[in-house]
Amino acid sequence: MFDFDSIPHIKEVSACHGAYKEENIAEKNLTSFDERQQTSKKVLPSLEEAIKRVGLKDGMTISFHHHFRNGDYVINMVMDVIAKMGFKHLTLAASSLTDCHWPLIDHIKNGVIDHIETSGLRGKLGDAVSHGLMDFPVIFRSHGGRAAAIETGELHIDVAFLGAPSCDPYGNANGYNRDSEEGSCCGSLGYAKLDALYADKCIIITDHLVSFPNTPFGIPESQVDYVVKVDNIGDPNGIMSGATRYTKNPKELLIAQYATNAIVASGYFKDNFSMQMGSGGASLAVARYLREKMVEQDIKCRFALGGITGQIVQMHEEGLVKKILDVQSFDLIAANSVKNNRFHQQIDASYYASYVNKGAAVNQLDFVILSALEVDTDFNVNVMTGSDGVIRGAVGGHPDTAAGASMTIVVCPLLRGRIPTICSKVNTICTPGKTVDVVVTDQGIAVNPARPELYERFVAAGLPVTTIEKLRDRAERIAGTPEPIQYTDKIVGVLMYRDNSVIDVIRQVKD
Amino acid sequence: MDIKKTGVAGTMESSDIIVRIEPKETEGIELELESAVMQQYGKQIERVIRETLGELGVTRAYVNAVDKGALDCTVAARTSAAAYRAAESSDYVWKEVRI
Repeated sequence: MFDFDSIPHIKEVSACHGAYKEENIAEKNLTSFDERQQTSKKVLPSLEEAIKRVGLKDGMTISFHHHFRNGDYVINMVMDVIAKMGFKHLTLAASSLTDCHWPLIDHIKNGVIDHIETSGLRGKLGDAVSHGLMDFPVIFRSHGGRAAAIETGELHIDVAFLGAPSCDPYGNANGYNRDSEEGSCCGSLGYAKLDALYADKCIIITDHLVSFPNTPFGIPESQVDYVVKVDNIGDPNGIMSGATRYTKNPKELLIAQYATNAIVASGYFKDNFSMQMGSGGASLAVARYLREKMVEQDIKCRFALGGITGQIVQMHEEGLVKKILDVQSFDLIAANSVKNNRFHQQIDASYYASYVNKGAAVNQLDFVILSALEVDTDFNVNVMTGSDGVIRGAVGGHPDTAAGASMTIVVCPLLRGRIPTICSKVNTICTPGKTVDVVVTDQGIAVNPARPELYERFVAAGLPVTTIEKLRDRAERIAGTPEPIQYTDKIVGVLMYRDNSVIDVIRQVKD
Repeated sequence: MDIKKTGVAGTMESSDIIVRIEPKETEGIELELESAVMQQYGKQIERVIRETLGELGVTRAYVNAVDKGALDCTVAARTSAAAYRAAESSDYVWKEVRI
């Protein structure tokens, strides 16, 4: 026996809730594990019920991830229910949005959604926003910038609605399913992980309820409030293409060859190097050519980061890439590799690219290969607005990896159709030229004057080096100088740099 | 050059233009242009079509063009081929088309 108050310093002990009382002990559950999980209180019969239970209110911020890409059913499904329940003035903070999310247009018109934060917009929704659909401009953040905003609490998520290809009755969720080969699969849940961690309330939406424990998991049950089973979270064909195909486009192959030779000559191509590659045609071809160089010179890659493709997985399985850090799996081979390869690690958006946490993987990159819609003579890159000024892209990890990598290589054709890619001034700055080191086109390589040592190494290696101004002049000589796009004064989009400062704005296009 | 019937040249492929030229009773070129790059290059494409027809001495014609981002040299070549076909002429003047 003891007298609680007589314990020395007990009042100064934190996390001490007084003396033990037997009546505070909850009744034990005596049913078997299996019976228990069948009746898990987290599993709710409908989205509507889950939305009621989390206490959604007008004006709140809700979040979604974009791991289902253009096959996603979750955002439209959830928004339809929310609209029917009569909620208004919500902020939709998705990690990204794509073509299939055009039904949001009606929810915006009806006042269900007032404001959108995303990495990108495409298709009819991007078009509508560019034509002045919203009063509140869309806020575009990079993957790292969004992660940072969530971590600092500046972007506060009230409710996260996260689709998952598998989940158990307690909320352990993942982007693949170890219990069966059926159903959809998206691999890494990198962007969803952070939302689950920081949202006040988290609802997992799945079409594959499996027995506890759904290990390994991308999202642990400790972060999940409710689980809702639906018939389909997405169209598997839209979520994942089987394998990303090699390009046969001679222009892209030429760009890839130049880029590979530039990497080899750069001084960064040595044993234990690190890299990130995109999923565009030229980027994929770089992976293929670089693989040959690695075999030839017996050089191994320590880790590959980012959106991961089958090409990287193949190199990993051959022992050429030792480790993979995967925030988003781009194809089915990559998704299956997360499931099967021990050193193919799922990482969250903060670990990938945040600028405020205690360490982000982008800062360990030797080089990154990035694409561009436009590059200007100051090396600024636009990946957001098309040649007509309409929003049709995504910031993604572009500015994050460009800032982190020792050598940032942008690959693009000199012309797309008749539109020059290299120009005097990009329509929209997404990644500042200060962080872009090399631009590789089918008609020559330009090196940022801030990197004279790269210029010299490329010249010594006999690469077709020129200046960015000469590339622009050549493009305009072939295509003619385009007339500038006509905009109104209305700002429809705001581009945040990765430190969440405003780097540019997008204006409404004139019809 | 007299336009006698409908003449067509070109394709709907990317970076090409399809030009259709038809007879017209009255003086003047009536041009209808659709382009994937209308905003940036619409005026330029129209100028190249009119200049090319002018050089060939075509003064009466309906012209319909659907452009998929063709360069000026392609626009000129397709316009000229359509005009020859519409005029039922094969007295081609082979030359380098300026870029």
